[in-house]
Amino acid sequence: MIISIASGKGGTGKTTISTNLALSIDQEVQLLDCDVEEPNCHLFLNPVIEKKEKVLAAVPKIDLEKCTFCKKCMDICRYGAIAVLKKDVLTFENLCHSCGGCFEVCPENAVIEKERSLGDVELGSVNNIPFVQGRLDIGQVMVPPIIKKVRSYTDPDMVTIIDAPPGTSCPVISAMNGADFVLLVTEPTPFGLHDLKLAVETVKILDIPHGLVINRAGLGNDDVKIYAQKENLPILMEIPFDKKIAQIYSKGRMIVDEMPEYKEKFQTLFEKISQLVKKGGQK
Amino acid sequence: MKELVILSGKGGTGKTSITAAFASLAENMVFCDADVDAADLHLILEPDFKVVSDFKGGHEAVINPDKCTGCGRCLEVCKFDAVRFDDAKDTFEVDPIECEGCGVCFDLCPDQAIDFPEVVCGQWYISNTRYAPMVHARLGIAQENSGKLVSLVRQEARKIATRENLDLILTDGPPGIGCPVIASIGQATAILIIAEPTVSGLHDMERVGQLSKHFNIPAMVCINKFDLNIDQTKKIETLAKENNIIIVGKIPFDQTFTESMIQAKTIFEYDKESQASIEVRKIWDTILSLPEFNAPVSNTVLQHL
Repeated sequence: MIISIASGKGGTGKTTISTNLALSIDQEVQLLDCDVEEPNCHLFLNPVIEKKEKVLAAVPKIDLEKCTFCKKCMDICRYGAIAVLKKDVLTFENLCHSCGGCFEVCPENAVIEKERSLGDVELGSVNNIPFVQGRLDIGQVMVPPIIKKVRSYTDPDMVTIIDAPPGTSCPVISAMNGADFVLLVTEPTPFGLHDLKLAVETVKILDIPHGLVINRAGLGNDDVKIYAQKENLPILMEIPFDKKIAQIYSKGRMIVDEMPEYKEKFQTLFEKISQLVKKGGQK
Repeated sequence: MKELVILSGKGGTGKTSITAAFASLAENMVFCDADVDAADLHLILEPDFKVVSDFKGGHEAVINPDKCTGCGRCLEVCKFDAVRFDDAKDTFEVDPIECEGCGVCFDLCPDQAIDFPEVVCGQWYISNTRYAPMVHARLGIAQENSGKLVSLVRQEARKIATRENLDLILTDGPPGIGCPVIASIGQATAILIIAEPTVSGLHDMERVGQLSKHFNIPAMVCINKFDLNIDQTKKIETLAKENNIIIVGKIPFDQTFTESMIQAKTIFEYDKESQASIEVRKIWDTILSLPEFNAPVSNTVLQHL
């Protein structure tokens, strides 16, 4: 079973829920940190990293000996990454999306594949829980290939918890697509509610059963609850707004370690998710 | 003309609340909401959506089943796993969510059985607010090209600033360090990082700091909710000094931010004597007086992401 933890708005508590949930449940579980722009799970879990792999993308390099300057590579490239001049060809790696069109279309085999690094994937474990995280290189923009690489380590025999990035565009989709359940985390403020609505639209497009965790309950107002009721969106857990929890988080510690009574609450959360997945859940 | 871009790396540190607070203080300016994925600034500034335009961000491949001969060339060339064979319908199909819009299948289909229509990926708006003009946008759910839309809203904000002779563009940036963030900082005068004193706040601020160094744009930091964890605040200050990030101030934890948000007000409109208001005013004056914020722009980000 794959559970993606998502939110729309950043900073609502995705990482807190992902890490504490992973440490609480009694089944075999793995944790995948797919917020590859800002991966944070490792800061709370301190996993032992055993293996590191580069995520590479193929970019073109032109063999000028073979090139006849026919411009077919430039014409197929929709990203402006190739400029064919009279006696030279310029390539702009940062614009390339690695669609492979230039390799396919060159009649002279003059476009050579060169590898460019997009980021890393690290594998390790904490308390016998397998852990995988992706990390985008500074200055790079192609996030989905790194998320896909992290997700390639999904073990179908385990519960897979995915910490997704914020937002509603391609990186989030890559982290939610194919999940059995999306757990949305929000805070009861106008910003939290606004971005929750966007996140709900996103999971509906992907047609995945979903439920809600309200973090920092008591902070703002009741509008999130009213919305959830109206939308038939099950509230699976509430974590109160508590300065003690904020401080535990700020130090990089785990709620379930410092406030052990929470372990049971996260177990209950998992049971509720399992039931919803069994039922086919709310779509 | 200057542009200040507010970033954080980590989400939820207070970017939008602080940008809105600056709205009460800044003069002769235009707002730009570059968080096109999950924009929130409009919830406080209440823009009037005066001009609404479609954002045509790209194209999408669509297979015409009447012309398709089932040769599978599209499946073979697609690097994004967007082409699938649908057994039930006995045809090839493109999954619009996975399609990157590269057009390679469209160009290479031997039977011209693939259409490649331009798609509307969102909307962008020019608005009036009670403070200043505002350019903002909404990327469609599950759409590509957030970077392009960010570049577009920034260009439009720049046009308004030029036309109306405004000195400042105040840009609320997206979280992270990827495509939309890089699109939001090219040619900016400076970046203001809103950091929070947590292990993740520190880690994420470091990554934004590296990004600003990579693109050679001056960076400043303001620590929000600094009294939540004084040790982490000190670590942020040390990290900032080591990386030439200018510390412009610290804001205590203050419920005023949430209370004012609920009333759709800036913190100055809600309570200008609050601790947060006093500190934000100091920070704003500090930013305006910094030599780095008054120096000519020189940086190297490519504009056509």
